[in-house]
Amino acid sequence: MATTFEAVAEIISDTSDIPLDEITPEKNAFTDLGIDSLDFLDIAFAIDKNFGIKIPLEKWTEELNENKASVDEYFVLSKLCDRIDELIAAKDA
Amino acid sequence: MLLEYFQMIDTVEELDPDIGKVIARAEVPMESPVFEGHFPGSPLVPGVLLIETMAQASGFMLLSRLEFEKMPFLANVSSAKLRTFVEPGEILRVEAELEHDGSGFAATKARIFRDGKKICDSHLMFRIMAFPNDTLKNNMLDRFSQINQASALTL
Repeated sequence: MATTFEAVAEIISDTSDIPLDEITPEKNAFTDLGIDSLDFLDIAFAIDKNFGIKIPLEKWTEELNENKASVDEYFVLSKLCDRIDELIAAKDA
Repeated sequence: MLLEYFQMIDTVEELDPDIGKVIARAEVPMESPVFEGHFPGSPLVPGVLLIETMAQASGFMLLSRLEFEKMPFLANVSSAKLRTFVEPGEILRVEAELEHDGSGFAATKARIFRDGKKICDSHLMFRIMAFPNDTLKNNMLDRFSQINQASALTL
């Protein structure tokens, strides 16, 4: 069974046409991989459907706009996967 | 339909905002300035306006679901198929259903039928954002009250 990171990397590669070997856990989806906000909607859609969750993009965006969080906290892939795991755990609890 | 004003939906006939489904009617006018250019001597509804028609049906369903507190803006069109020409005077049935209710975005599947036969379909994605001003919000509410004949929703 694929890990969360493997599944997310596959989604990013498919939706954004980025070679899989360039997608590593320490990369920031926006600043390192060059994904834009529209592409990220496709990614969020695919992640939501794949894991049966709802990534709280509105809340994250609000926190970023209010400087309550940094982009890295949500969009470095290892941290994004941690958040996804938390959402999966909350769903299954 | 008033093509030149981008009023694509004439009537919302069935609407279930909770499930996320809408059925609407659109009647292609016999005359429109759009047909003067598309195409001279051979009037056809432009394909982009058929996509817009599917987007507007989806949009009214999403607006109802959001209770007109936020506005869905079309952000992504994928797998659009325009299977045949659409000519003046034709009656279209437009269906849309919610595919995914995300955070700050929504995805729908939409189709257009003519005489029971599917002639267009597409997957659409919308960004869900605050209304930029009250003028747009009030315009959406007014327009919806004009076209809504579905009994399932009262605003």
